[in-house]
Amino acid sequence: MTSTLAPRRKRGTVVRAGDRIFSGLSTSAGILILLVLAGVAAFLTIEGVPGILANPDEVKSGQSFWPYVWPLVYGTLIAATVALIIATPVAVGVALFISHYSPRKLGQILGYLVDLLAAVPSVVYGLWGIQFLAPNMVPVYTWLEDNLGFVPFFAGPASATGRTIMTACIVLAVMILPIMTAICREIFLQTPRLHEEAALALGATRWEMARLAIFPYARSGIVSAAMLGLGRALGETLAVAMVLSVTAGTVTANLISSTNPSTIAANIALSFGEASGKTVNVLIASGLVLFVITFLVNFAARSVVDRRKEFSGAN
Amino acid sequence: MAKSIDVSDLNIYYGDFLAVEDVTIPIAAKSVTAFIGPSGCGKSTFLRSLNRMHEVIRGARVEGKVLIDGQDLYGADMDPVNVRRMIGMVFQRPNPFPTMSIYDNVLAGQKLNSKRMKKSESDDIVERSLRSAGLWAEVKDRLDRPGSGLSGGQQQRLCIARAISVEPEILLMDEPCSALDPISTSVIEDLIHELKSQYTIVIVTHNMQQAARVSDETAFFNLSGVGKPGRLIEVGRTETIFSNPTDPATEAYIQGRFG
Repeated sequence: MTSTLAPRRKRGTVVRAGDRIFSGLSTSAGILILLVLAGVAAFLTIEGVPGILANPDEVKSGQSFWPYVWPLVYGTLIAATVALIIATPVAVGVALFISHYSPRKLGQILGYLVDLLAAVPSVVYGLWGIQFLAPNMVPVYTWLEDNLGFVPFFAGPASATGRTIMTACIVLAVMILPIMTAICREIFLQTPRLHEEAALALGATRWEMARLAIFPYARSGIVSAAMLGLGRALGETLAVAMVLSVTAGTVTANLISSTNPSTIAANIALSFGEASGKTVNVLIASGLVLFVITFLVNFAARSVVDRRKEFSGAN
Repeated sequence: MAKSIDVSDLNIYYGDFLAVEDVTIPIAAKSVTAFIGPSGCGKSTFLRSLNRMHEVIRGARVEGKVLIDGQDLYGADMDPVNVRRMIGMVFQRPNPFPTMSIYDNVLAGQKLNSKRMKKSESDDIVERSLRSAGLWAEVKDRLDRPGSGLSGGQQQRLCIARAISVEPEILLMDEPCSALDPISTSVIEDLIHELKSQYTIVIVTHNMQQAARVSDETAFFNLSGVGKPGRLIEVGRTETIFSNPTDPATEAYIQGRFG
């Protein structure tokens, strides 16, 4: 009888109401996230395409889309990348200290303080960057220009206000530090004791134990943490908009001069208020570009993690 | 190469808690000594105190003396890192580094000594260690595969290869077969017989037949009661301990009668 009513159901299995409700709830939650994502993508595409196709004389910048957006993409990527380069070693170091070096009490307090950093609103970071960090970085930039001027990044002339892309990068690095530290710390704490003892029993010092047992195990977690950090750095708007002194259309490797490229997010925030007509579409299109970049970065990160899957700690 | 161990009046503490009390035991070079006894009697703790691995746990400390060929293991000038390079250890559950290939697993200890080695030299070490561990024939064609892809028994032999690749003086084994099937167990027991010619081996086991099969000397540990420290009840030739023990508690344990 059962077989005629539900031919595909396995014999002897009973479907319980609770199971059915829960699976329905979780499935619809999963579908909802897809719908939201699709909705945002559709909006960006529909509103953005006219901006991409707009004539130079229809928009405020007087440029066609790709020449207009390229310096912004460049600025976004360089700010996020440099921020990540600064933040990753610090986050890994702090997380390792909290999880394996510090006394337990101190580790807890430190972990709490780092989490607190995440609760600071980005406008406050912007204020800190513009009022405190920028002026204090000026001597550093001057020094960099005098001593490392042959490196394109520090070619100078050094900014007199300190409101450079480098300052923005440092602010971004501080902003992405908490989430990266928190994830790294959790992953490091999960390192199987067996692997740690294997390393120690071979005569590893604490640092060598970290290299042999903790980092390989935590590799994919560190990459995930970096990607979350990068995502936040790519999209961070207010702090960058406040700190950075922008010269439109700049594409330069120089991190310490007073002519800096803006980032996509900061540019949208600063320009949106006085935009109208096709200019709005251009800004939305630049948002679409940011959306695509974030997507690509995430895919790239995933493939990095997947490539050595069979060597991961999971099996 | 192999060295003797001479333990006298050793107390092991975790913080204020006395875990193992007053152990005195001589262990000859190139012999196999088995530690037997009920769970929680301190035999693993005592084993780990022989290469200072128990110090991984905060608050662990010892009183008394452990001499390795006359050299004080807990002397002021002894670094636990160097101790562990001299005294290898194999654990209860096989623990090859999952992110490393078989080849790199064997060489992990060598790399810690941070010697720059030629490829041919490291190839030799890998082959020699894997041959000693009886694993060479099974893995020689897949040295670049992850160690975690091997069976449990193979993984454990890989761990033995990793431990002996640095040519330690002493090899400590903490229930090395308890997670393995009988066939893998017998392979490892044969291996212990072979390794005895080069290393001093100390093995903790819950399997009395195993202790009888592999060891020259057997030490029986017991608890005097719940919350009391573990003690060494008696130690002697394995034949003697199994046929004619001095202490009634040993006899009861070996014959499977408790209390």
